[in-house]
Amino acid sequence: MDATDRRVYLDYAATTPIDERVLESMMPFLTTAYGNANSLYSTGREAYSALEDARERIAKLIGADHPNEIQFTGCGTESDNAALLGIVSRKSPQGGHVIVSSFEHHAILEPAHALEKRGYEVTYLAPRKSGHIAVEDVEAALRDDTVLVSIMHGNNEIGTVQPIAEIARVAHARGALMHTDAAQTLGKIPFDVNELGIDAATFSGHKIYAAKGIGALYLRRGTPFEPLLRGGGQEFKKRSGTQNVPGAVGLARALELMVEDHEEESLRLSTLRDKVIEGVTSRLENTVATTLTEPRLPNIASLLIKGVEGEAMLLQLDAKGIAVSTGSACSSGSLEPSHVLLSIGVPPEIAHGSLRISLGRFTTEEDIDYFLEVFPPIVERLRSMSPVYEKMFGSSAK
Amino acid sequence: MLYSDKVMDHFNNPRNVGVIDDADGVGEVGNPVCGDMMKITIKVDDDRISDVKFQTLGCGAAIATSSIVTEMARGMSLEEAVGITKREVADELGGLPPAKMHCSVLATDGLKKAVDDFLVSHGREPIAVGTISHDDPDFDPHAEEPEDACDIEAE
Repeated sequence: MDATDRRVYLDYAATTPIDERVLESMMPFLTTAYGNANSLYSTGREAYSALEDARERIAKLIGADHPNEIQFTGCGTESDNAALLGIVSRKSPQGGHVIVSSFEHHAILEPAHALEKRGYEVTYLAPRKSGHIAVEDVEAALRDDTVLVSIMHGNNEIGTVQPIAEIARVAHARGALMHTDAAQTLGKIPFDVNELGIDAATFSGHKIYAAKGIGALYLRRGTPFEPLLRGGGQEFKKRSGTQNVPGAVGLARALELMVEDHEEESLRLSTLRDKVIEGVTSRLENTVATTLTEPRLPNIASLLIKGVEGEAMLLQLDAKGIAVSTGSACSSGSLEPSHVLLSIGVPPEIAHGSLRISLGRFTTEEDIDYFLEVFPPIVERLRSMSPVYEKMFGSSAK
Repeated sequence: MLYSDKVMDHFNNPRNVGVIDDADGVGEVGNPVCGDMMKITIKVDDDRISDVKFQTLGCGAAIATSSIVTEMARGMSLEEAVGITKREVADELGGLPPAKMHCSVLATDGLKKAVDDFLVSHGREPIAVGTISHDDPDFDPHAEEPEDACDIEAE
């Protein structure tokens, strides 16, 4: 195959393709059993039982006590917004204190800013340099009026996994509720709502080979909640809107497939991930892994390529058929480098050269070999075009 | 955010990369904290730019605009060269995303500095001083450009 025709997708943390087995499970509800799950005639009933079956299977797979603790949403962002705004405004309508981490996804940070505008106080807790939130930092930030603590389970850029069970314990000890954004971890590492002791959790379909446009929110029974969407009262009056039955069925099937072989797959992916990190850092001077401190997700390699701008690397890799992402300012149009990297103390001039390689079900060892073959000359070429590389990094050791 | 074919061409095959060893003028702009740095070197014959080379650390737009500015400047008089605007650079490339207009177009400033460097080192008055946006203490590379500044809508 011609090198330029080769396509290597290394951005599974951004999104995944739909697994064919997932698509197969969805197809009847896209074509023949298309009824509205709230209609009483047979095609509606068919959709309804499929929806409730999906809910039950998901509830079981995450250790939930009751299926109706799962509500289907439109995406991870909706689940995050609903959790933060819905729990806080119902539990403490007169105001109060909320703790989130400073390296949350924007789907948490933006609603947190919105809460501040409504008069709530928000603590943005910084992770330690390793990329982990320290339990004692949460404990120190908790107050008598803390309503909710929301800390992401796995970070989407650097892959670090947070001690959610311990954080939930200290939060509950002070009377606060606990939410976690598990969009990156669901199905990849063990996830049990009771073992973690959480009150709410965010899930997203398209990160685990289900469709875009389906998410879920786990909400423990009895958790105060104000719906974001009001209307026909679907999803136990917590999320109105005609349910996305094919999406929900696909999400359940996708999660089953993730859980089925997650141990072998974790090992396979972490081996490939380490090959990426070792391969890049041994082939190129002035490159480091952003963090190597465990626990980390098996599928995310975060690298800092000093003296190169991330968007330039991304575009050159794209020209070779390789898709990755970067925390550089220019990749997003936001013009600021990644808030995640800045939050763990990576200087802006280094953060501009960050690269995230995220692996998944269809990543092969050949893909990694191809990446490791193509990537070093790209970096060397860009560094050779830089007016400051020699001055800033040229004489320094690896 | 999309780059035009011409931007991608200049990014993938940048023209005039390098440093002129016996340059008559040198201009450096940018800041690694912002992610963009540029150095331009020029040869001057009879107050015309006879050769020009650049080095750039930065995104696709920073590299592509550097490349096209060297093509535009070659053969120009010094006055013409310092008169090249960001808008002209963007037009020459078939447009730039709005977010890229302000901070990534370092090359016009780099060229102005190189011309002034040449003039000052020959005991002459600089002609670009005061028009170099990256030297302006009030310059905010993250400020919004006016809406009509670009041809391609962001996102």
